[in-house]
Amino acid sequence: MSISLWRVSYALARRALRNSLRRPQFLAPLVIFPSLFLAVNVGGLHRSTDLPGFPAVHGFLDFQLAAALTQSLLLGGIAQGIAAALEIELGFFDRLAVAPIPRVAIVFGRLGATAVISAFQVAYFLILGLVFGAHVASGPGGALLTLVLGVLAGIGFGAIGQALALRARSAATLQGIFPLVFVILFISTAFFPRRLLESPIDTIARYNPLSYLADGIRNPIIATVDAKPVLEGLLAGGAITLFGVTVAVLALRGRLREA
Amino acid sequence: MRNKISAVPAIETEGLERTFGSRGRVLTAVDGIDIEVAPGEVYGFLGPNGAGKTTTVRMLVTLLRPTGGLARVAGFDVARESGEVRRRIGVALQEAALDLLMTGRELMELQATLHGIAPRDVHDRATNLIERVGLEQAQDRRVGTYSGGMRRRLDLAMALIHQPEVLFLDEPTTGLDPTSRVTLWDEVRRLKHEGTTVFLTTQYLEEADQLADRVGIISAGKIVAEGTPTQLKAEIGRPHLDITLADGAGEDDFARAREVLRRFGEDRPPTPDCHLSVTVERGAADIAQVVRVLDDAGFTVESLDLVRPTLDDVFLAKTGGHLEGADEAAVEPTA
Repeated sequence: MSISLWRVSYALARRALRNSLRRPQFLAPLVIFPSLFLAVNVGGLHRSTDLPGFPAVHGFLDFQLAAALTQSLLLGGIAQGIAAALEIELGFFDRLAVAPIPRVAIVFGRLGATAVISAFQVAYFLILGLVFGAHVASGPGGALLTLVLGVLAGIGFGAIGQALALRARSAATLQGIFPLVFVILFISTAFFPRRLLESPIDTIARYNPLSYLADGIRNPIIATVDAKPVLEGLLAGGAITLFGVTVAVLALRGRLREA
Repeated sequence: MRNKISAVPAIETEGLERTFGSRGRVLTAVDGIDIEVAPGEVYGFLGPNGAGKTTTVRMLVTLLRPTGGLARVAGFDVARESGEVRRRIGVALQEAALDLLMTGRELMELQATLHGIAPRDVHDRATNLIERVGLEQAQDRRVGTYSGGMRRRLDLAMALIHQPEVLFLDEPTTGLDPTSRVTLWDEVRRLKHEGTTVFLTTQYLEEADQLADRVGIISAGKIVAEGTPTQLKAEIGRPHLDITLADGAGEDDFARAREVLRRFGEDRPPTPDCHLSVTVERGAADIAQVVRVLDDAGFTVESLDLVRPTLDDVFLAKTGGHLEGADEAAVEPTA
């Protein structure tokens, strides 16, 4: 009798999603913090679009939506890590470990839930932007592209969150990582175009995959789709996801082997 | 799935060992234990906190790798054939590892899926077990709202969802009120009647005495005694008297009283509820003479209890200490 990886992953994804919805205190910060950042940035820095070198955009809100989205997805990854760490702390992980299931289903299940939550995060920020006067320049197709990129990145961040949880086994440690999200994001092109960044931030941003991800998410919103940034965004999102899933599966194996 | 003949022990360990730490700081939690549990047997694994009970269980259920020796469950090696072991065991771990955000039914159905129950059978299997443990009314409530006893019953039901060959119950009644404890005991008896092998760890003597066909007593990672409860108690033999002197008696009085009582038998460490404890050769027949001797020596006896040998006496004889749960589990037996 073999137990299907996909059936178990689906069941665990449903559980993780349902639990996320039942723990709104974990879900709310994913949209509240980035929304506040977005409001403050757009309210205080909207004249930035007048700076020489700033790309031609419909408005600063359009430009900043990608930053808020990337920030929200990063926070989503941390939240999934915290949920996974709590599962270890409270012993539910042991229940999964002692079940005759394909082990990777433990990682894949949570990633399934992460994908759905990421889609909602993307939809929330696009709708928020539209309500407050932003445009999606490349239309519904561009919005769909943003959704694909967002979900891909969300899965990657969620996988990294799980890897950290499996290594740290402590929700408090994951909470400690929370502020790093802001640092990593500030040294990318999420908030400002690279040509307006000073050295050495512009150099760091050049090697920061979040820059390519944010630019990829942003492109369909602020302009008609340009293949280069979108492909670079897909590549960055894919690389983050591949890296995240690999380290999560390795961390799971390590966790089970150490036991 | 490999076929196993029923003569294969349900659980078998040879020199099973688990150490933690490395180099100079090695802690040996389980120190080369040998256990053999027959199919259909209820084996009580008794010991105080920190004796190595949970570490042993975690090795047997594949959650912890042994650092030495061998362990086979349902005929499969826990280290090399862990997947086969997991298919055949049910596990209710200490502190019931339940998801408090889910409802009882959601958890049961998830557990059924994790054990490969066909989707068409999941609902009925969950319903049957929910009814069996009496959680019909609470099945759609979140587990976070359940009492300790309800959580343990749900945990037990989840462990049974795939009709396991061997069931591991790690301190299933710790912290429960007497009524919930008796309910769980009844369920274990029913499982035994159905032929399920049960490996039950407990720190409660009464529990082991009531439920186990055989008992293994573990102390500091080693098995110090093994046998049926009757055999073990017979090894100890004589009953003892627990004596409490009247108010005002102090350590000097206790020492003098011990001297006086020496003629009756061996002095034992008293429990927290009495001042003196002494073994007596003839049981009840010695009581009158003990009271008279103490009275002649100027002591007033406030209370005196004749205690027949218990598993705690076995533990005391083997290790020199009392079991921590010895006084807690005094529950009226139901059968």
